[in-house]
Amino acid sequence: MRSPLIPEMATQEVQLNETLAHLKTESETLKTKLEEERAKLHDVELHQVAEKVEALGQFVMKTRRTLKGHGNKVLCMDWCKDKRRIVSSSQDGKVIVWDAFTTNKEHAVTMPCTWVMACAYAPSGCAVACGGLDNKCSVYPLSLDKNENLAAKKKSVAMHTNYLSACSFTNSDMQILTSSGDGTCALWDVESGQLLQSFHGHAADVLCLDLAPSETGNTFVSGGCDKKANVWDMRSGQCIQSFETHESDINSVRYYPSGDAFASGSDDATCRLYDLRADREVAIYSKESIIFGVSSVDFSLSGRLLFGGYNDYTINVWDVLKGTRVSILFGHENRVSTLRVSPDGTAFCTGSWDHTLRIWA
Amino acid sequence: MTIRTARPNRGQRFRPRTHCLKKLDATVVEMQDPKNGVKGSEQKLNVTTIPHAIAGANIIAWISNKMKTTTEEAQVFGTMLVAYGYIYPLQNHRKLVMCNDSSLYRFQTPYFWPTQQWVPEDSDYAIYLAKRNIRKKGMLEPYEQVDYNHLHEWLNHKWDFIVMQATEQYKAGRDRNKADRVVFDCQERAFWIVNRPPRRTHSALDVGPERLINPNVEEKITFDQYRRVNIFYQQAIMRSKVKSSVSLGALVKYITSYKNHDAFLAPCLPSNPWETDHDAYWTLNMRRVDVPTKMRVERWSFSLFELLTDLRGRDDFKVFLKKEFSGENLAFWEAAEELKWGTASSMSAKAETIFKTFLAPGAPRWINIDGRTMGLTVKGLEHPHRYVLEAAQTHVFMLMKKDTFFRYLKSPTYKEIQKKALSPEAHNFSAAQLEENARNRSAGIHPIILWQQEEEEKAKAAAASAPVDVKAVMSKIDRKK
Repeated sequence: MRSPLIPEMATQEVQLNETLAHLKTESETLKTKLEEERAKLHDVELHQVAEKVEALGQFVMKTRRTLKGHGNKVLCMDWCKDKRRIVSSSQDGKVIVWDAFTTNKEHAVTMPCTWVMACAYAPSGCAVACGGLDNKCSVYPLSLDKNENLAAKKKSVAMHTNYLSACSFTNSDMQILTSSGDGTCALWDVESGQLLQSFHGHAADVLCLDLAPSETGNTFVSGGCDKKANVWDMRSGQCIQSFETHESDINSVRYYPSGDAFASGSDDATCRLYDLRADREVAIYSKESIIFGVSSVDFSLSGRLLFGGYNDYTINVWDVLKGTRVSILFGHENRVSTLRVSPDGTAFCTGSWDHTLRIWA
Repeated sequence: MTIRTARPNRGQRFRPRTHCLKKLDATVVEMQDPKNGVKGSEQKLNVTTIPHAIAGANIIAWISNKMKTTTEEAQVFGTMLVAYGYIYPLQNHRKLVMCNDSSLYRFQTPYFWPTQQWVPEDSDYAIYLAKRNIRKKGMLEPYEQVDYNHLHEWLNHKWDFIVMQATEQYKAGRDRNKADRVVFDCQERAFWIVNRPPRRTHSALDVGPERLINPNVEEKITFDQYRRVNIFYQQAIMRSKVKSSVSLGALVKYITSYKNHDAFLAPCLPSNPWETDHDAYWTLNMRRVDVPTKMRVERWSFSLFELLTDLRGRDDFKVFLKKEFSGENLAFWEAAEELKWGTASSMSAKAETIFKTFLAPGAPRWINIDGRTMGLTVKGLEHPHRYVLEAAQTHVFMLMKKDTFFRYLKSPTYKEIQKKALSPEAHNFSAAQLEENARNRSAGIHPIILWQQEEEEKAKAAAASAPVDVKAVMSKIDRKK
């Protein structure tokens, strides 16, 4: 005799499938409607607005310093607010603090893991944070005493369930924002290691993040392997805007200096500019001859130039307004993995898998 | 101790991350076209004659012509073709770069292209090394010997199978004619250099830790996910947006305002330290200079945010506010910032101090905000959290932005600092002087020392401007009477 429950369960399953299909259709309708709303306000293209702006002249950018000292691929770097010191991390677990101006190495730490994919300099200049395959983000206070063992004062702050891809201090040394291969971002209190807020919404590894430079300072943007760039509210943990126009993983996101837009670089070999107030993508920086992924992007101080480090060992410089490439820089012997403009905009630094860092100006 | 996470399924080769491979495939096919492709010929190398060898210079010229780029860019593209294993060098086989000269290269057989549907496993590599070992003992290079020993240990349980496979392949190889064998050996060696690069070789297939998502798997979106996404879309549709002309206009305006402050677009005065090795630019713009530069003072006028972010500008603003007896708004804003970005443990103490100083009825530095915001804030302070002062802080910031800031720009304080501000002359170093500069690069002051100095200054300032307890003063006056 058949159990009387089976026919009911079958009906329930059918109902569930119908609701799922129903939701899917609703989702697609809503997506189309959002695109329509965005399009209604789209009355002009960026390059049209840029017609009145004068063209850029020729650029002479050269390598001004080459920092050699890492024994393996350089994965990440960050500037200190003093505009001359940098911290860099590499595949062999070494994190080095340099005075890039004099090229002296000032501090070195050996992490207990390989592939230190994220590092950041604290706003005060008194500490650095780093992490990678150990799934953690640790803070090392720096010392004026050269002989001091920095590893002794190490503080373990963030704990993720997979690799740490990026980290950044907020406006003070007391909080760190991290992103991870486990698909989440999180805000941590440094002193206690407490999780203050977590951000869920990416469907895959989150590879990069950047804090908004605005007066409110409450948002940040993240990019992931799900091809989405999400803007988050740090207070509520909610995703407030989302952009999905890239065709591949987003390796790098960076805010425009005014905080009203951001750029992203992806494995699909394009950089794109997204306008937050108009809620849309407004420019694509690409060329037929550029087919290798962008690992890292950053703006010059005024926002007119966008620098991109590529996997074909080059750096392309784009005119943000006109959409054209103004310069291409050669010099690295392996892929450019990280690129940051200095805090006062006088130079930018690139780190590469060829074990070196270069300062360009 | 080294920590390593488990390596997941290698569905990585077919992922969108190797987005470029389709285009590379197409280009390489075109390059081999007998009519329009790269011109090749037979080359004599040592005693063997290698068919279809091509010179680097010819490849680069072809790429440059086809993609309409400069020779340098074409060389970059050529290097990538070698780094991915589509083309391999015949001479220096460990250096995966394209040289713009008569160095010889050959096209790799499509069987060994990176897009093929099989991933080279460690066991394949072991078979290859074992085969070479069988053919001639001591033929392995040092790094290969190390790899071989490691694999022997790691794959010990399969070793019989590996040796069997290697012997089979070796025997099959012997049946080919000499020329074919030489070619196949070259191809196979090139394949393994790209997939298991020796230490100083840069191979493009060496991509680092795997990303966790497998793009070949069709994602099953659940019920809950759909619900959440739909809510998100609904909110996004409702959110107010700005016309493109307005927002793009604002982007352009920002660029125009900051154009002269961008070191890549306008000369840095007196000179860019990275170019001349002289750090005057940084010394003139330090946190606590008596007289700031004209450019810096100009930047303060761009927005209240700029003025407050530059601590020297904030100091000047404070001087102005002191004259106007309206320093409490800025003081409140600063205190709210400290609360927001401070440690979790200090929050309740800070919240209490802020309440007593700025918000309580009759507080010594009472801020004038509207009743509703005041009410909300005071209620929130019963259970203080990081963002409890958000509403009040925004209100105060807006007040300053819309009113105080503009009055500051028109004030004698600002006009005075504008007049006093320095306009340094551009440096004009001779070649000898530049060399001198390079030898004597100044070390500057370590940020830790600057930070300690800052903390001292802040403590001094806090002590000096302790809020006047109006009630105490008033009652003192009363008692005197």
